[in-house]
Amino acid sequence: MTEYKSGSNLEKVLKAGHFAVTGECGPPRGANVELVRKKAQYLKGYVDAVNVTDNQTAVVRLSSWATCLILKQEGLDPTFQMVCRDRNRLAMQSDILGVAAHGIKNMLCLSGDHQTFGDHPEAKNVYDIDSIQLISMVKKMRDEGKFLNGEPIDVPPKLFIGAACNPFAEPYEFRVYRLAKKINAGADFIQTQCIFNMKRFREFMKRVVDMGLHERCYILAGITPLKSVGMARYMATKVPGMDVPEEIIKRLKGAGKGKAAEEGIKIAVEQIQELKEMEGIAGIHLMAIEWEERVPEIVKAAGLYPRPKVD
Amino acid sequence: MQEFRPKIIAFYCSNCASSAADVSERMKQKISENVKIVPVPCTGRIEILHLLKPFEKGADAVCVLGCQEDSCQYIRGIIQVKKRVEHVKKILEKIGIEPERIEVFSLSASKGDFVDVINKMIDKVKNLGPIY
Amino acid sequence: MIVAEQKPINEILDMIKDLKKVLVVGCKGCVTVCNVGGEKEVSILATSIRIARKKQKKEVEVGEKVLERQCDPEYIEELKDIIDDYEGVISLACGVGPQFIAERFPEKLVFPAVNTKFIGGAIEHGVWAERCAGCGECVIHYYGGMCPIARCSKSLMNGPCGGSNHGKCEVSPEIDCIWDKIVRKLMAQGRLDDLLKIRPPKSWLTARDGGPRKMVREELAK
Repeated sequence: MTEYKSGSNLEKVLKAGHFAVTGECGPPRGANVELVRKKAQYLKGYVDAVNVTDNQTAVVRLSSWATCLILKQEGLDPTFQMVCRDRNRLAMQSDILGVAAHGIKNMLCLSGDHQTFGDHPEAKNVYDIDSIQLISMVKKMRDEGKFLNGEPIDVPPKLFIGAACNPFAEPYEFRVYRLAKKINAGADFIQTQCIFNMKRFREFMKRVVDMGLHERCYILAGITPLKSVGMARYMATKVPGMDVPEEIIKRLKGAGKGKAAEEGIKIAVEQIQELKEMEGIAGIHLMAIEWEERVPEIVKAAGLYPRPKVD
Repeated sequence: MQEFRPKIIAFYCSNCASSAADVSERMKQKISENVKIVPVPCTGRIEILHLLKPFEKGADAVCVLGCQEDSCQYIRGIIQVKKRVEHVKKILEKIGIEPERIEVFSLSASKGDFVDVINKMIDKVKNLGPIY
Repeated sequence: MIVAEQKPINEILDMIKDLKKVLVVGCKGCVTVCNVGGEKEVSILATSIRIARKKQKKEVEVGEKVLERQCDPEYIEELKDIIDDYEGVISLACGVGPQFIAERFPEKLVFPAVNTKFIGGAIEHGVWAERCAGCGECVIHYYGGMCPIARCSKSLMNGPCGGSNHGKCEVSPEIDCIWDKIVRKLMAQGRLDDLLKIRPPKSWLTARDGGPRKMVREELAK
């Protein structure tokens, strides 16, 4: 009898040794249930779990937990994302119990983009605790059945704890240690920032494997298919901690007018195929931002369809 | 109707500007009566308050005449006062006074344009009218 | 020191627009050091107000005074002999000054002429930067002598976040990523173990979050 921390579909797939595929769903800018259901239909059957972002880039959207509930109704395994920017430890523990009570089983703990980036830059900062303290807190709630202050929780939440990792942000030498810190704090799975520089990622994974981190935690590599040269350039220059090599931009340009998107998908599929063989990689996290409709073909082309069913 | 004769305070340094003044004098140029000239060792010595006070007392304009940037005897004096004049222009603009009423000029020690520069300022201020 | 910045002159003029006699009071403490509220600045502000009001044809009498500090009642007391001549007081001190004046002279209108910004120091002539958030529990020694509460935009205690960008904070290229500095310094000192320690959540009780604070020196207080 396998013992699970949460029993989520993602956990079962990973524990059974399959190469996992997770997707992402960006909530709408309103109580737009129909849009969420529509996105769910693109992803259903092609991913093992779906991340739901939490006021991504500090822009107000339908809340992550509410969107997760809708996705669960649609038959998907949602991953509730929580950032440290908007909630203090009381609200966090309360919402953690809330999602668990509704059968949401995966949670990703993040710092969150600073509110000055978003649509309400004058808002008050919270950042009561940071992402690593949040990981520890969720682990304490789940495994010890205790609140942060040590008091008992009557029904502890059963959550599969995730965290993010950016192998390309500075200071580079420290990134693998920060990953270790998150795993020490209790992260069960990690999703990396989207990868374009495979060479650097390979070097990073070598260090990860040397430190044995892949044996303590499932590492999912982030992939984002590039829609256009413009998108590639934007990510290369405007997004902190993103490394988009010139060769990729050249390939997209070289594809010809109107063909960049197809080339972008091709590149993504090639990357996934290499990652399937890379030591230490337990799966991929496919972030087809506002391009969810292409997820099915990418998953199929990468030889990852159908998704495994684990009881 | 009485013709408007602007009251001007002109600070000038004892180095280049003073030499320029001497040359003007030798050229038999005369400074207008309504202009009060104030010698200073270096224009860098002029503080923001010194530049504002004349306006409080009713001056229609203030000029500062100093060295060129590469020939200031005290190295950065003229550069400092240029920054201060910019600051005073900003204050004046915010309180409803034309920033053109204060200017700083870098003079060459050998040219006799001391009086010319002041006269140009007078003409400009005549067009602006009295300060109050 | 406390670093403040003068309010725009129009905001100050608007505050006193209906008054005919105001007293501008400076402070020889922090605001003198950051060239915002000392003797010079008192005169500059007073002169600017007089010019502005003369232009508006609504002349005003502006007195000028500088106190040693505005955060001590014994210095505020020095205003007693002159304050009756004025309807309002414009204080160039940090947020403490105008409040002390308002408390001691409750019948007078008191206006703040500066915006108090942060606790910091001079990093070069004419430039001051924030260094301390007044959190009430200083732990800079855990971080190579640097404070992540004040200097990290997200006050991370286990940083850096993924937005650290070539040594700068994602919020602005003018803000150094303090975690980049902390990590580099501690790694260079061979203190990776310290960096791997998971710092527990901070108690914000000692910070402003716990309510307005007081500090008492028992042996000095009555």
